[in-house]
Amino acid sequence: MEFKPRIIAFLCNWCSYTGADLAGTSRMEYKANVRAVRVMCSGRIEPTFVLRAFTKGADGVLICGCHPGDCHYQEGNYRCLRRFLLLQKYIRQMGIESERLKLEWISASEGKQFAELVNSFTETISELGPCKIMETMKILP
Amino acid sequence: MEESKPKLKLAVYWASACGGCCVSVLDVHEKLFDVVAAADLVFWPIALDIKYRDVENMPDKHIDLTLFNGAIRNSENEHMAHLLRKKSKILVAYGSCSHLGGIPGLANFSTKEEIFRRIYSESESTVNPDNIVPLPEYEVKEGILNIPEFYNDVHSLAQVTDVDYFIPGCPPQTERLLEVFTSIVSGAELPPKGSVIGAETKTQCDECIRKKTENKRIKKIYRPWEINDDGVTCFMEQGVLCMGPATRAGCGYRCIKGNAPCRGCYGPPDGVADPGAKMMSSVASIIDEKEPEEISRVLEDLADPAGLFYRFSLPVSLIRRKVV
Repeated sequence: MEFKPRIIAFLCNWCSYTGADLAGTSRMEYKANVRAVRVMCSGRIEPTFVLRAFTKGADGVLICGCHPGDCHYQEGNYRCLRRFLLLQKYIRQMGIESERLKLEWISASEGKQFAELVNSFTETISELGPCKIMETMKILP
Repeated sequence: MEESKPKLKLAVYWASACGGCCVSVLDVHEKLFDVVAAADLVFWPIALDIKYRDVENMPDKHIDLTLFNGAIRNSENEHMAHLLRKKSKILVAYGSCSHLGGIPGLANFSTKEEIFRRIYSESESTVNPDNIVPLPEYEVKEGILNIPEFYNDVHSLAQVTDVDYFIPGCPPQTERLLEVFTSIVSGAELPPKGSVIGAETKTQCDECIRKKTENKRIKKIYRPWEINDDGVTCFMEQGVLCMGPATRAGCGYRCIKGNAPCRGCYGPPDGVADPGAKMMSSVASIIDEKEPEEISRVLEDLADPAGLFYRFSLPVSLIRRKVV
């Protein structure tokens, strides 16, 4: 059976979600593997959200926020960037490939970039194969 | 009236533990006489010669209160968890190991195979040319010998059986144990099942004795020995990572008073699912850099985030073992 990656994308309300929306209204085609979750700001994305996505079966997690300097709340995306870098370090230690977690800045006008990002990230995850986390958790005792 | 009241039946058991929890019970010192006046110790392997068989022969719900310390590492631990659950009215996960998995839970960074390879063949002090490893079952001419089966994963007590209350700490603060004990003896109304007792609901930082300001901005992470601690200022503000923001209060700031940052043994406060994730949030918030390269440079000094943030809680965290 062909592997269809499950990807969770956390998109900030002000830039990235609007950007994704633009890709849709502009009738751009992109891979259907991404499930978008809208949050008010990329700074709202707690590490728990990302870890929970992985434990519930996500093969990849994509985080998108406003470009540096453009955050609707001034500093949320910087906070997100720092969490992201720390999270990557942590998941690598836990045996999860750090490529499975990606952060990109998408502005409200970057519908095309969003479509391309989804395609390239889906490809990366397809090459990596399924995330083994759920399987590992089942090994009991 | 005192005499007509039946004495409480108390049991203390250690599973995968260091023994510190049992010692913390002994630390009641002269109050031990009050405890013994109010309770009969019916099972306590560290202090009394009572066999597992004797516990098996007790009627169900015979023990009023069992303090179960230690994590679930092997089949013996799990057997005793189920047995003591059956024989006890109130089963308390006592101490970090049974509450969260504790220090033994750090073994979840390895697999059973890796642990056996290290212990029985690779370690510097091992001489084992025949490659003998313990087997759960072994046949000799006298019959079959059994030892407990070593599990791949370390679990907390609540992951294998139904737990009434949790008393956190490595080890729990003895004063808090006495409070809990006294309230049970006095017949006070007990908190709802599943509560963490003998501790606060908020974080360490909430009432920390160190001086905090709004200005939490760091450009470098230090190990405690790398700074000249002034003994007053918040550790985080000095660049030393302290688990306070993600840890439940109630320990009496034992480490902080000893001028050491909190290590997180009391586990997450109410409403926090994953203490390490909370701590990552907290650390990310105080790093005073905006460029990815600069942030990575600061994080380079954080050699082992998983081990530091989940020192006591790996088995109950979201990603409870290393993915293999």
